[in-house]
Amino acid sequence: MLRVDITKQLGDFALEATFTSEGRVTGLFGASGAGKTTLVNIIAGLLRPDRGTIALDDTVLDDTAGGVHVPPHRRRIGYVFQDARLFPHMNVVENLDYGRRMNRLPDDPVQQKRVTELLDIGHLLDRRPGKLSGGERQRVALGRALLSKPRLLLLDEPLGSLDEGRKVEILPYLVRLRDEANVPMVYVSHDPAELRQLATQIVMLRDGRITALGGVKVLTGTMA
Amino acid sequence: MSEITPAEWTAILLSLRVAVIATLVATPFGIALAWLLARRDFWGKSVLDALVHLPLVLPPVVTGYLLLLSFGRRAPIGAWLADNLGVVFAFRWTGAALACGVMSFPLLVRPIRLSIEAVDRRLEQAASTLGAAPWQVFATVTLPLALPGILAGMVLGFAKAIGEFGATITFVSNIPGETQTIASAIYSLIQTPDGDAAAMRLVLVSIVIAMAALIGSEWFARRALQRLHGN
Repeated sequence: MLRVDITKQLGDFALEATFTSEGRVTGLFGASGAGKTTLVNIIAGLLRPDRGTIALDDTVLDDTAGGVHVPPHRRRIGYVFQDARLFPHMNVVENLDYGRRMNRLPDDPVQQKRVTELLDIGHLLDRRPGKLSGGERQRVALGRALLSKPRLLLLDEPLGSLDEGRKVEILPYLVRLRDEANVPMVYVSHDPAELRQLATQIVMLRDGRITALGGVKVLTGTMA
Repeated sequence: MSEITPAEWTAILLSLRVAVIATLVATPFGIALAWLLARRDFWGKSVLDALVHLPLVLPPVVTGYLLLLSFGRRAPIGAWLADNLGVVFAFRWTGAALACGVMSFPLLVRPIRLSIEAVDRRLEQAASTLGAAPWQVFATVTLPLALPGILAGMVLGFAKAIGEFGATITFVSNIPGETQTIASAIYSLIQTPDGDAAAMRLVLVSIVIAMAALIGSEWFARRALQRLHGN
Protein backbone atom coordinates (compact mmCIF):
# COMPACT_ATOMS: atom_id res chain seq x y z
CA MET A 1 0.00 0.00 0.00
CA LEU A 2 1.33 3.40 -1.03
CA ARG A 3 0.33 6.49 0.90
CA VAL A 4 1.18 9.91 -0.52
CA ASP A 5 0.48 13.28 1.05
CA ILE A 6 2.85 15.93 -0.28
CA THR A 7 3.27 19.42 -1.66
CA LYS A 8 6.00 20.62 -3.98
CA GLN A 9 6.65 24.01 -5.54
CA LEU A 10 8.72 24.12 -8.75
CA GLY A 11 8.93 27.66 -10.08
CA ASP A 12 5.36 28.74 -10.86
CA PHE A 13 4.07 25.20 -10.69
CA ALA A 14 2.57 23.89 -7.45
CA LEU A 15 1.88 20.21 -6.88
CA GLU A 16 -0.39 19.06 -4.10
CA ALA A 17 -1.30 15.39 -3.94
CA THR A 18 -2.94 13.19 -1.34
CA PHE A 19 -3.97 9.65 -2.14
CA THR A 20 -3.66 6.05 -1.07
CA SER A 21 -3.24 3.28 -3.59
CA GLU A 22 -4.05 -0.32 -2.82
CA GLY A 23 -4.79 -1.81 -6.19
CA ARG A 24 -2.33 -3.75 -8.29
CA VAL A 25 -2.04 -0.95 -10.83
CA THR A 26 -2.70 2.65 -9.92
CA GLY A 27 -3.17 4.70 -13.06
CA LEU A 28 -1.89 8.25 -12.75
CA PHE A 29 -3.86 10.11 -15.37
CA GLY A 30 -3.52 13.67 -16.63
CA ALA A 31 -2.52 15.89 -19.52
CA SER A 32 1.12 16.80 -20.01
CA GLY A 33 2.13 19.47 -17.51
CA ALA A 34 -0.32 18.15 -14.91
CA GLY A 35 2.54 17.13 -12.63
CA LYS A 36 2.54 13.38 -13.20
CA THR A 37 6.29 12.99 -13.70
CA THR A 38 7.06 15.33 -10.79
CA LEU A 39 4.85 13.21 -8.54
CA VAL A 40 6.46 9.98 -9.70
CA ASN A 41 9.96 11.44 -9.22
CA ILE A 42 9.00 12.37 -5.66
CA ILE A 43 7.76 8.83 -5.00
CA ALA A 44 11.05 7.46 -6.42
CA GLY A 45 13.02 9.81 -4.16
CA LEU A 46 14.65 11.69 -7.06
CA LEU A 47 12.90 14.86 -5.85
CA ARG A 48 12.22 15.84 -2.27
CA PRO A 49 8.77 17.09 -1.32
CA ASP A 50 8.58 20.53 0.31
CA ARG A 51 6.16 19.18 2.86
CA GLY A 52 4.44 15.91 3.65
CA THR A 53 4.87 12.17 3.90
CA ILE A 54 5.25 9.17 1.64
CA ALA A 55 4.96 5.64 2.98
CA LEU A 56 5.12 2.26 1.29
CA ASP A 57 3.48 -0.52 3.32
CA ASP A 58 4.90 0.15 6.80
CA THR A 59 8.07 1.98 5.69
CA VAL A 60 8.15 5.77 5.85
CA LEU A 61 10.11 7.02 2.81
CA ASP A 62 9.60 10.75 3.28
CA ASP A 63 8.46 12.67 6.30
CA THR A 64 9.46 16.32 6.12
CA ALA A 65 8.28 17.01 9.69
CA GLY A 66 10.41 14.14 11.03
CA GLY A 67 13.37 14.93 8.72
CA VAL A 68 13.09 11.56 6.96
CA HIS A 69 14.20 11.22 3.34
CA VAL A 70 15.21 7.76 2.19
CA PRO A 71 17.52 8.21 -0.85
CA PRO A 72 16.39 6.56 -4.13
CA HIS A 73 18.95 3.76 -3.96
CA ARG A 74 17.56 2.52 -0.62
CA ARG A 75 13.88 2.69 -1.57
CA ARG A 76 13.68 -0.48 -3.65
CA ILE A 77 11.29 1.26 -5.99
CA GLY A 78 11.75 0.29 -9.64
CA TYR A 79 11.34 3.00 -12.24
CA VAL A 80 10.70 2.53 -15.95
CA PHE A 81 11.31 5.82 -17.73
CA GLN A 82 9.67 6.96 -20.93
CA ASP A 83 13.10 6.96 -22.60
CA ALA A 84 14.26 3.51 -21.33
CA ARG A 85 17.63 4.86 -20.12
CA LEU A 86 19.53 1.62 -20.67
CA PHE A 87 23.24 1.85 -19.90
CA PRO A 88 24.90 2.23 -23.33
CA HIS A 89 28.22 0.69 -22.24
CA MET A 90 26.62 -2.56 -21.04
CA ASN A 91 24.93 -5.26 -23.09
CA VAL A 92 21.37 -6.40 -22.34
CA VAL A 93 22.41 -9.09 -19.82
CA GLU A 94 24.55 -6.61 -17.88
CA ASN A 95 21.71 -4.09 -17.90
CA LEU A 96 19.28 -6.73 -16.62
CA ASP A 97 21.68 -7.86 -13.90
CA TYR A 98 22.56 -4.33 -12.72
CA GLY A 99 19.93 -3.98 -9.99
CA ARG A 100 20.72 -7.38 -8.53
CA ARG A 101 24.44 -6.51 -8.36
CA MET A 102 23.89 -3.10 -6.80
CA ASN A 103 21.50 -4.47 -4.18
CA ARG A 104 23.88 -7.39 -3.52
CA LEU A 105 21.08 -9.90 -4.05
CA PRO A 106 21.95 -13.57 -4.63
CA ASP A 107 21.85 -14.82 -8.22
CA ASP A 108 18.33 -15.97 -9.11
CA PRO A 109 18.38 -17.83 -12.45
CA VAL A 110 14.72 -18.88 -12.08
CA GLN A 111 13.52 -15.31 -11.77
CA GLN A 112 15.86 -14.22 -14.59
CA LYS A 113 14.46 -16.88 -16.89
CA ARG A 114 10.89 -16.01 -15.93
CA VAL A 115 11.37 -12.31 -16.65
CA THR A 116 13.23 -12.81 -19.94
CA GLU A 117 10.47 -15.18 -21.08
CA LEU A 118 7.68 -12.90 -19.87
CA LEU A 119 9.14 -10.03 -21.87
CA ASP A 120 10.45 -12.10 -24.79
CA ILE A 121 13.97 -10.68 -24.66
CA GLY A 122 15.96 -13.93 -24.55
CA HIS A 123 17.28 -13.43 -28.09
CA LEU A 124 18.61 -9.93 -27.29
CA LEU A 125 20.80 -10.76 -24.33
CA ASP A 126 24.26 -10.10 -25.80
CA ARG A 127 23.28 -6.97 -27.76
CA ARG A 128 24.16 -3.39 -26.90
CA PRO A 129 21.25 -0.94 -26.37
CA GLY A 130 22.32 0.94 -29.52
CA LYS A 131 21.34 -2.13 -31.57
CA LEU A 132 17.81 -2.44 -30.15
CA SER A 133 14.52 -1.07 -31.49
CA GLY A 134 12.49 1.33 -29.32
CA GLY A 135 10.07 -1.42 -28.28
CA GLU A 136 12.90 -3.83 -27.43
CA ARG A 137 14.63 -1.17 -25.35
CA GLN A 138 11.47 -0.55 -23.38
CA ARG A 139 11.01 -4.29 -22.72
CA VAL A 140 14.61 -4.57 -21.50
CA ALA A 141 14.06 -1.52 -19.26
CA LEU A 142 10.99 -3.25 -17.80
CA GLY A 143 13.01 -6.40 -17.19
CA ARG A 144 15.86 -4.46 -15.62
CA ALA A 145 13.49 -2.75 -13.17
CA LEU A 146 11.71 -6.03 -12.32
CA LEU A 147 14.95 -7.93 -11.69
CA SER A 148 16.03 -5.42 -9.04
CA LYS A 149 13.12 -6.98 -7.09
CA PRO A 150 11.33 -3.72 -6.32
CA ARG A 151 8.56 -3.35 -3.79
CA LEU A 152 6.79 -0.96 -6.14
CA LEU A 153 7.20 -0.33 -9.85
CA LEU A 154 6.80 3.15 -11.31
CA LEU A 155 6.12 3.35 -15.04
CA ASP A 156 6.25 6.86 -16.49
CA GLU A 157 4.54 6.75 -19.90
CA PRO A 158 6.51 3.65 -20.89
CA LEU A 159 4.73 3.68 -24.26
CA GLY A 160 5.06 7.44 -24.72
CA SER A 161 8.05 7.35 -27.07
CA LEU A 162 6.65 4.53 -29.23
CA ASP A 163 4.47 4.74 -32.34
CA GLU A 164 0.99 3.10 -32.47
CA GLY A 165 2.28 -0.18 -33.85
CA ARG A 166 4.89 -0.53 -31.12
CA LYS A 167 2.36 0.35 -28.42
CA VAL A 168 0.17 -2.54 -29.50
CA GLU A 169 3.30 -4.71 -29.39
CA ILE A 170 4.16 -3.78 -25.78
CA LEU A 171 0.70 -3.56 -24.16
CA PRO A 172 0.22 -7.33 -23.88
CA TYR A 173 3.52 -7.57 -21.98
CA LEU A 174 2.31 -4.96 -19.53
CA VAL A 175 -0.95 -6.87 -19.00
CA ARG A 176 1.08 -10.04 -18.38
CA LEU A 177 3.30 -8.12 -16.00
CA ARG A 178 0.28 -6.91 -14.04
CA ASP A 179 -1.18 -10.40 -13.81
CA GLU A 180 2.00 -12.39 -13.18
CA ALA A 181 4.77 -10.23 -11.74
CA ASN A 182 3.14 -9.65 -8.37
CA VAL A 183 4.61 -6.17 -7.92
CA PRO A 184 2.26 -3.22 -7.34
CA MET A 185 2.58 -0.56 -10.00
CA VAL A 186 1.98 3.13 -10.50
CA TYR A 187 1.34 3.63 -14.19
CA VAL A 188 1.52 7.16 -15.61
CA SER A 189 -0.31 7.94 -18.82
CA HIS A 190 -2.26 10.61 -20.64
CA ASP A 191 -4.08 7.96 -22.65
CA PRO A 192 -7.38 6.76 -21.10
CA ALA A 193 -7.53 3.75 -23.43
CA GLU A 194 -4.20 2.49 -22.11
CA LEU A 195 -5.30 2.94 -18.51
CA ARG A 196 -8.66 1.21 -19.08
CA GLN A 197 -6.72 -1.88 -20.14
CA LEU A 198 -4.21 -1.82 -17.32
CA ALA A 199 -5.25 0.11 -14.25
CA THR A 200 -7.27 -1.14 -11.31
CA GLN A 201 -7.52 2.30 -9.75
CA ILE A 202 -7.22 5.84 -11.10
CA VAL A 203 -5.70 9.02 -9.68
CA MET A 204 -6.60 11.94 -11.92
CA LEU A 205 -4.26 14.92 -11.87
CA ARG A 206 -4.88 18.37 -13.32
CA ASP A 207 -2.64 21.44 -12.91
CA GLY A 208 -0.92 19.93 -9.92
CA ARG A 209 -4.10 18.93 -8.08
CA ILE A 210 -5.97 15.66 -7.80
CA THR A 211 -9.41 16.08 -9.38
CA ALA A 212 -10.74 12.54 -9.15
CA LEU A 213 -9.98 9.23 -7.42
CA GLY A 214 -11.53 5.83 -7.89
CA GLY A 215 -12.06 2.95 -10.30
CA VAL A 216 -11.41 3.14 -14.06
CA LYS A 217 -14.93 4.49 -14.56
CA VAL A 218 -13.69 7.94 -13.44
CA LEU A 219 -12.04 8.03 -16.87
CA THR A 220 -15.49 8.08 -18.53
CA GLY A 221 -15.94 11.28 -20.47
CA THR A 222 -12.23 12.08 -20.67
CA MET A 223 -10.73 12.72 -24.04
CA ALA A 224 -8.55 10.08 -25.62
CA MET B 1 72.28 12.84 -39.13
CA SER B 2 74.30 10.82 -36.58
CA GLU B 3 73.13 8.50 -33.80
CA ILE B 4 71.53 9.62 -30.56
CA THR B 5 74.29 9.79 -27.91
CA PRO B 6 74.06 8.22 -24.40
CA ALA B 7 73.75 11.70 -22.87
CA GLU B 8 70.82 12.45 -25.12
CA TRP B 9 69.23 9.11 -24.25
CA THR B 10 69.53 10.04 -20.58
CA ALA B 11 67.55 13.22 -21.22
CA ILE B 12 64.93 11.40 -23.31
CA LEU B 13 64.40 8.64 -20.74
CA LEU B 14 64.30 11.16 -17.90
CA SER B 15 61.69 13.19 -19.76
CA LEU B 16 59.56 10.08 -20.31
CA ARG B 17 59.87 9.05 -16.65
CA VAL B 18 59.03 12.55 -15.40
CA ALA B 19 56.02 12.88 -17.74
CA VAL B 20 54.66 9.37 -16.99
CA ILE B 21 54.91 9.81 -13.21
CA ALA B 22 53.47 13.34 -13.38
CA THR B 23 50.49 12.11 -15.42
CA LEU B 24 49.80 9.03 -13.30
CA VAL B 25 49.93 10.95 -10.02
CA ALA B 26 47.91 13.89 -11.35
CA THR B 27 45.12 11.78 -12.89
CA PRO B 28 43.23 10.77 -9.68
CA PHE B 29 43.30 14.40 -8.51
CA GLY B 30 42.26 15.49 -11.99
CA ILE B 31 39.26 13.12 -12.01
CA ALA B 32 38.15 14.23 -8.55
CA LEU B 33 38.43 17.90 -9.48
CA ALA B 34 36.77 17.41 -12.88
CA TRP B 35 33.85 15.66 -11.17
CA LEU B 36 33.51 18.46 -8.62
CA LEU B 37 33.51 21.10 -11.35
CA ALA B 38 31.14 19.13 -13.60
CA ARG B 39 28.63 17.86 -11.07
CA ARG B 40 28.62 19.99 -7.93
CA ASP B 41 27.68 23.56 -7.13
CA PHE B 42 29.50 25.04 -4.20
CA TRP B 43 30.71 28.34 -2.90
CA GLY B 44 34.02 29.34 -4.52
CA LYS B 45 33.60 27.06 -7.53
CA SER B 46 34.63 29.76 -10.02
CA VAL B 47 37.69 30.56 -7.90
CA LEU B 48 38.70 26.89 -7.89
CA ASP B 49 38.12 26.70 -11.64
CA ALA B 50 40.35 29.74 -12.17
CA LEU B 51 43.00 28.31 -9.85
CA VAL B 52 43.15 25.08 -11.87
CA HIS B 53 43.64 27.06 -15.08
CA LEU B 54 46.18 29.45 -13.58
CA PRO B 55 49.32 27.50 -14.72
CA LEU B 56 48.01 27.79 -18.28
CA VAL B 57 48.12 31.60 -18.27
CA LEU B 58 50.80 32.49 -15.72
CA PRO B 59 54.37 32.86 -17.00
CA PRO B 60 55.89 29.38 -16.36
CA VAL B 61 58.77 31.05 -14.53
CA VAL B 62 56.24 32.40 -12.00
CA THR B 63 54.78 28.91 -11.42
CA GLY B 64 58.29 27.50 -11.05
CA TYR B 65 59.26 30.22 -8.59
CA LEU B 66 56.08 29.66 -6.54
CA LEU B 67 56.92 25.95 -6.42
CA LEU B 68 60.42 26.84 -5.21
CA LEU B 69 58.94 29.10 -2.52
CA SER B 70 56.62 26.36 -1.25
CA PHE B 71 58.37 23.05 -2.05
CA GLY B 72 62.04 24.12 -1.83
CA ARG B 73 64.28 22.46 0.77
CA ARG B 74 63.73 25.23 3.36
CA ALA B 75 60.26 26.22 2.23
CA PRO B 76 57.37 25.39 4.57
CA ILE B 77 55.79 22.48 2.64
CA GLY B 78 59.10 21.21 1.23
CA ALA B 79 60.77 21.07 4.67
CA TRP B 80 57.75 19.32 6.23
CA LEU B 81 57.63 16.68 3.45
CA ALA B 82 61.39 16.06 3.70
CA ASP B 83 61.33 15.71 7.51
CA ASN B 84 58.17 13.63 7.82
CA LEU B 85 57.88 11.61 4.61
CA GLY B 86 61.43 11.76 3.30
CA VAL B 87 60.15 13.21 0.01
CA VAL B 88 62.46 15.83 -1.48
CA PHE B 89 61.51 17.83 -4.56
CA ALA B 90 64.23 20.47 -4.78
CA PHE B 91 66.77 19.77 -7.56
CA ARG B 92 65.53 16.19 -7.97
CA TRP B 93 63.71 14.51 -10.84
CA THR B 94 60.69 14.27 -8.49
CA GLY B 95 60.60 18.06 -8.47
CA ALA B 96 60.61 18.04 -12.26
CA ALA B 97 57.65 15.66 -12.13
CA LEU B 98 55.85 17.99 -9.68
CA ALA B 99 56.45 21.01 -11.92
CA CYS B 100 55.28 19.09 -15.01
CA GLY B 101 52.24 17.78 -13.14
CA VAL B 102 51.18 21.27 -12.07
CA MET B 103 51.80 22.78 -15.51
CA SER B 104 49.89 20.04 -17.35
CA PHE B 105 47.03 19.88 -14.83
CA PRO B 106 44.66 22.28 -16.68
CA LEU B 107 45.05 20.30 -19.90
CA LEU B 108 44.44 17.05 -18.03
CA VAL B 109 41.32 18.28 -16.21
CA ARG B 110 39.54 19.89 -19.15
CA PRO B 111 38.78 16.82 -21.33
CA ILE B 112 37.85 14.82 -18.21
CA ARG B 113 35.45 17.52 -17.09
CA LEU B 114 33.87 17.72 -20.54
CA SER B 115 33.45 13.96 -20.72
CA ILE B 116 31.84 13.82 -17.26
CA GLU B 117 29.50 16.66 -18.25
CA ALA B 118 28.58 14.68 -21.35
CA VAL B 119 27.45 11.67 -19.28
CA ASP B 120 23.64 11.73 -19.25
CA ARG B 121 22.50 12.48 -15.71
CA ARG B 122 19.29 10.60 -16.42
CA LEU B 123 21.38 7.42 -16.66
CA GLU B 124 22.80 8.20 -13.23
CA GLN B 125 19.25 8.65 -11.90
CA ALA B 126 18.23 5.33 -13.44
CA ALA B 127 21.19 3.66 -11.71
CA SER B 128 20.16 5.09 -8.34
CA THR B 129 16.58 3.80 -8.70
CA LEU B 130 18.12 0.37 -9.37
CA GLY B 131 19.84 0.47 -5.98
CA ALA B 132 23.24 2.02 -6.75
CA ALA B 133 24.65 4.25 -4.00
CA PRO B 134 26.26 7.51 -5.21
CA TRP B 135 29.79 6.02 -5.27
CA GLN B 136 28.48 2.98 -7.16
CA VAL B 137 26.77 5.25 -9.69
CA PHE B 138 30.13 6.97 -10.18
CA ALA B 139 32.10 3.73 -10.48
CA THR B 140 29.68 1.80 -12.73
CA VAL B 141 28.09 4.52 -14.88
CA THR B 142 29.88 7.89 -14.79
CA LEU B 143 33.48 6.65 -14.83
CA PRO B 144 33.14 4.00 -17.56
CA LEU B 145 31.21 6.41 -19.80
CA ALA B 146 33.80 9.14 -19.23
CA LEU B 147 36.75 6.76 -19.64
CA PRO B 148 37.72 7.69 -23.21
CA GLY B 149 37.73 11.35 -22.17
CA ILE B 150 39.89 10.50 -19.16
CA LEU B 151 42.38 8.73 -21.42
CA ALA B 152 42.33 11.69 -23.82
CA GLY B 153 43.06 14.04 -20.92
CA MET B 154 45.90 11.82 -19.73
CA VAL B 155 47.50 11.78 -23.17
CA LEU B 156 47.17 15.55 -23.54
CA GLY B 157 48.58 16.10 -20.03
CA PHE B 158 51.45 13.74 -20.86
CA ALA B 159 52.25 15.65 -24.05
CA LYS B 160 52.31 18.93 -22.13
CA ALA B 161 54.42 17.41 -19.32
CA ILE B 162 57.05 16.11 -21.70
CA GLY B 163 57.49 19.53 -23.30
CA GLU B 164 57.44 21.57 -20.09
CA PHE B 165 60.45 23.84 -19.73
CA GLY B 166 60.03 27.13 -17.86
CA ALA B 167 58.61 25.98 -14.54
CA THR B 168 60.89 22.93 -14.43
CA ILE B 169 64.15 24.79 -15.03
CA THR B 170 63.15 27.50 -12.53
CA PHE B 171 62.22 25.02 -9.82
CA VAL B 172 64.78 22.22 -10.18
CA SER B 173 67.41 23.75 -12.50
CA ASN B 174 69.08 21.87 -15.37
CA ILE B 175 71.22 19.04 -13.95
CA PRO B 176 72.21 16.34 -16.47
CA GLY B 177 70.94 12.92 -15.36
CA GLU B 178 68.76 14.37 -12.59
CA THR B 179 66.58 17.22 -13.86
CA GLN B 180 67.72 17.77 -17.42
CA THR B 181 64.74 16.85 -19.60
CA ILE B 182 64.62 16.98 -23.40
CA ALA B 183 63.55 20.62 -23.31
CA SER B 184 66.30 21.81 -20.96
CA ALA B 185 68.89 19.67 -22.80
CA ILE B 186 67.94 21.45 -26.06
CA TYR B 187 68.23 24.78 -24.26
CA SER B 188 71.79 23.90 -23.09
CA LEU B 189 72.79 22.52 -26.48
CA ILE B 190 71.80 25.59 -28.47
CA GLN B 191 73.96 27.68 -26.18
CA THR B 192 76.94 25.41 -26.88
CA PRO B 193 79.06 26.18 -30.01
CA ASP B 194 78.86 22.67 -31.55
CA GLY B 195 75.48 21.70 -30.14
CA ASP B 196 73.33 22.22 -33.26
CA ALA B 197 73.25 18.61 -34.51
CA ALA B 198 72.47 17.21 -31.08
CA ALA B 199 69.81 19.86 -30.50
CA MET B 200 68.21 18.99 -33.83
CA ARG B 201 68.06 15.29 -32.91
CA LEU B 202 66.28 16.10 -29.66
CA VAL B 203 63.96 18.52 -31.46
CA LEU B 204 62.92 15.71 -33.81
CA VAL B 205 62.43 13.31 -30.89
CA SER B 206 60.18 15.79 -29.09
CA ILE B 207 58.13 16.43 -32.25
CA VAL B 208 57.61 12.67 -32.69
CA ILE B 209 56.51 12.21 -29.07
CA ALA B 210 54.17 15.21 -29.16
CA MET B 211 52.58 14.14 -32.47
CA ALA B 212 52.04 10.59 -31.21
CA ALA B 213 50.39 11.91 -28.05
CA LEU B 214 48.08 14.30 -29.93
CA ILE B 215 47.02 11.64 -32.43
CA GLY B 216 46.39 9.27 -29.53
CA SER B 217 44.29 11.89 -27.77
CA GLU B 218 42.18 12.47 -30.89
CA TRP B 219 41.62 8.73 -31.26
CA PHE B 220 40.37 8.45 -27.66
CA ALA B 221 38.03 11.40 -28.19
CA ARG B 222 36.44 9.65 -31.18
CA ARG B 223 36.04 6.47 -29.14
CA ALA B 224 34.26 8.52 -26.48
CA LEU B 225 31.52 9.53 -28.92
CA GLN B 226 30.98 5.99 -30.13
CA ARG B 227 30.76 4.73 -26.58
CA LEU B 228 28.17 7.29 -25.54
CA HIS B 229 25.94 6.15 -28.38
CA GLY B 230 26.01 2.54 -27.26
CA ASN B 231 27.27 0.92 -30.42
